[in-house]
Amino acid sequence: MSGDAGLLTLALAGVLLAALLAYVLLGGADYGGGVWDLFATGERKERQRALIADAIGPVWEANHVWLILVVVLLFTVFPPAFARLTTVLHLPLLLMLIGIVLRGTAFTFRTYDDRRSGAQRRWGLVFAIASVFTPIMLGICVGAIASGAAGESWGILARVQACAQAGDTGPECEGARQAATFGAVYVQSWLTPFALGIGVLALAMFAFLAGVYLAVESPDAALREDFRLRALVAAGATAAIAVLLPLASAGRVPIVGERLLGAWWSKPALFVTAAVAATAASALWRRRYRLARWASAGMVTLLLAGWAAAQFPLLVPPDLTIALAAAPQATQRLVAWVLGLGAFVLVPSMVYLFRVFKGRPPAFARMEARTTVRGRDHRG
Amino acid sequence: MSDLLAARAQMALSLGFHIIFAIVGIGMPVLMVIAERRFLRTGDPVFLDLTKRWAKGTAILFAVGAVSGTILSFELGLLWPGFMEFAGPIIGMPFSLEGFAFFTEAIFLGIYLYGWGRISPRAHWWSGVMVAVSGAASAVFVVIANAWMNTPRGFRIENGVAMDVDPLAAMMTPAAFPQVLHMMLAAYAATGFAVAGIHAYLILRGRTHPFHRHAVHIALMVGAPAALLQPISGDISARYVAKWQPAKLAAMEGQFRTERGAPLRLGGLPDEEAMTTRWAIEIPKALSLLAFHDPNATVAGLEEFPRENWPPVAVTHIAFQVMVALGTYLAAVSAWAVLMALRRRPIVANRALLRALAVATPFGFIATEAGWVVTEVGRQPWIIYEVARTADAVTPMPGLQFPFAIFTAMYIGLSVIVILLLRRQLAESPREEAAAA
Ligand code: HDD
Ligand code: HEM
Ligand code: HEM
Repeated sequence: MSGDAGLLTLALAGVLLAALLAYVLLGGADYGGGVWDLFATGERKERQRALIADAIGPVWEANHVWLILVVVLLFTVFPPAFARLTTVLHLPLLLMLIGIVLRGTAFTFRTYDDRRSGAQRRWGLVFAIASVFTPIMLGICVGAIASGAAGESWGILARVQACAQAGDTGPECEGARQAATFGAVYVQSWLTPFALGIGVLALAMFAFLAGVYLAVESPDAALREDFRLRALVAAGATAAIAVLLPLASAGRVPIVGERLLGAWWSKPALFVTAAVAATAASALWRRRYRLARWASAGMVTLLLAGWAAAQFPLLVPPDLTIALAAAPQATQRLVAWVLGLGAFVLVPSMVYLFRVFKGRPPAFARMEARTTVRGRDHRG
Repeated sequence: MSDLLAARAQMALSLGFHIIFAIVGIGMPVLMVIAERRFLRTGDPVFLDLTKRWAKGTAILFAVGAVSGTILSFELGLLWPGFMEFAGPIIGMPFSLEGFAFFTEAIFLGIYLYGWGRISPRAHWWSGVMVAVSGAASAVFVVIANAWMNTPRGFRIENGVAMDVDPLAAMMTPAAFPQVLHMMLAAYAATGFAVAGIHAYLILRGRTHPFHRHAVHIALMVGAPAALLQPISGDISARYVAKWQPAKLAAMEGQFRTERGAPLRLGGLPDEEAMTTRWAIEIPKALSLLAFHDPNATVAGLEEFPRENWPPVAVTHIAFQVMVALGTYLAAVSAWAVLMALRRRPIVANRALLRALAVATPFGFIATEAGWVVTEVGRQPWIIYEVARTADAVTPMPGLQFPFAIFTAMYIGLSVIVILLLRRQLAESPREEAAAA
């Protein structure tokens, strides 16, 4: 259980990262769609919203399961990490859950409630605001882990618990107890400028992904132009935060200063990421939407991979490594089997889902017919 | 309210809320698949209409099921981090398998709800079958995880750490089969009777459209066999509880003293201080007979167990009585309906039966909630039976009353909205016979 992590453990950590990446690329775009629902403007406002609803409707529940997979893998394969994070990040996770509930239910309620505009507008507003709020909370949690703030808070709590268990009441334990205020353990674990910055970065990134995907799926040029513009704005925001945040926090957040910017692979990795990001933006600019879709997904992948590489081999900085957090071998082996078998069912099903709904661009005429009734009746 | 109490209340509330939508997610796909099959066979558009209207209701309920399940996944850690750190590697397996069942369920539900006209009718029907199968699979896996909490296996404890972890042994515990069987039947019985009851009520209110007649028939095809089997399955459950969790059985039955040839107590109120169950109707030797299949078997009473290891007796006993009473009612109504069907009498022409069905609309759900209270409260004070205490597993975070209040408000709000939306759907359903032409 100590020392270096075995190959299997590393592979499972890799799957965990991949599941999170899938959630960001697929589920993230669903949130991004909600963001653009909130900012729907102009004469095509209603058609923008109808396209967003059509794009999200059939897939959001499947996309959402990636998050469940992340949680389940975390508590099965890396249980101490799950226990620590759910303890010190109780508040942001709670807020995120509220956002998830409001987003999912409001979206569904809007689909099936009264078609008159009053009810539709109310649900639409809840859906859209929750879509902005939830990614910020998700990003905050990631930022809290990456910066080590969550791990530090856990350390404060763990010292007190160790003292209590040993029945120690000496001056050192008294100090530990005084340091472990509610704020130090449950608030400073996540309410930091860096974590907030990652929260905003997540929001911008999701909006960017959604803009690109929606541009690809737009049935006509005018609508496509709307989402192209939106994607470009979000791309600018993403780039600005991705550059400014590390620079601003390099001195204060060790993972950024020492590990992200200081490692031997930093410069080449940053260069590649920047190149892919530039490709995505320029493809958008030149209206090469399919290339833009690939490049934007690639950029997000590289950002996540960079985070993982920067904190490797730590799972919860500053001290919980992948090896230390790993569950017994027997569990790991079985999880690997389950993942293999699961993929066998999951991959064809996923491909089928996206074939049915995303494969062919919706016919022009059908789109027109749908929007006039706000895209509801074809659902039968 | 202490932090521990708030955590327990929040867990119970979240599970009690989720289970309703989970049941619908298990049962409704089966009803829709049957109705759609009828349409494909007969070409009668009433069946298509029925399938589509059921699908709309299911879509609303499924979304609430998905988000409330998400809450639960996080809550395991938010409320019981110590439990999960210990139990995760041991029972993570069924949860991981369940994760893949969720994937297939959500994927094919998306195809089912939004795929009308995009894929062939056959492919559409098969997507419905996939939803039904994966919904059942998710329930099987999560109940296996719960069964482990009742009869923990597949590990050894050394200095508070689990050693020799064997996740497969942890899945195949004595409680697993009885609980899974009982839960699956509960889901089909609850959904079947809820749907049959709603449509029976609409028929009684003068909606003569054949739509409702077909709906009652299909719902009973699923609900009645399940309800008839449920007492048998319940007996299997009771016998495993008698063997492996005698304190729970004693609490269920209000049995304070150890007794040979113990009576079955119907109703009554257990008094923990006086160590008796008052005002119960006692059927001599029936408990020994039911629990051990021997009228003179000895049933251990709560006196065998130290006081601090007693579950809350009154709650467990009353919940058990409620479940059994409702189960008996559902089984009786099912038998009635089956007899009518065997004698080829039209069920929907019998207003007394329709009334009996309409009354039973919520009974399956209430019985399920009561059954889970028996299982979970009856397991107290243990979170993992005779291994870990609930009090030691709770999160150190203070102020758990606030999250509890927030979730309570959210669940109440969601319930109200769901009820309003479903009422809207029902109001739009077909009315007169004439409209069918
Ligand atoms: C439609 C719902 C329903 C109906 C009609 C019944 N039950 Fe039940 N019962 C449940 C739904 C349920 C459940 C799904 O809520 C539980 C909770 C845990 C479980 O495995 O099933 C349960 C648990 C449960 C347990 C405890 C198992 C444990 O602690 O693990 C026993 C002993 C019984 N039941 C026995 C019965 C009997 C003798 C019934 C006779 C009619 C009966 N049940 C009807
Ligand atoms: C006996 C208890 C339970 C049963 C029978 C059950 C069954 C189900 C079923 C059938 C579904 C899919 C249908 C729907 O969404 O309405 C579902 C959804 C879900 N359940 Fe439960 N469940 C139970 C308890 C739990 C527990 C304890 C957890 C978490 C630890 C959980 C987590 C989830 C999650 C995350 C989903 C959403 C999946 C999605 O996004 O589609 N469930 N459950
Ligand atoms: C959906 C049906 C279920 C219902 C209605 C239900 C109900 C309850 C209730 C009433 C409690 C509180 C007991 C008390 O403190 O007195 C509880 C606790 C708990 N349940 Fe369940 N339960 C269900 C299924 C499950 C499943 C499937 C799991 C896990 C796999 C689970 C895990 C827990 C845990 C971890 C606790 C907290 C610890 C404890 O109080 O023992 N439950 N549940």
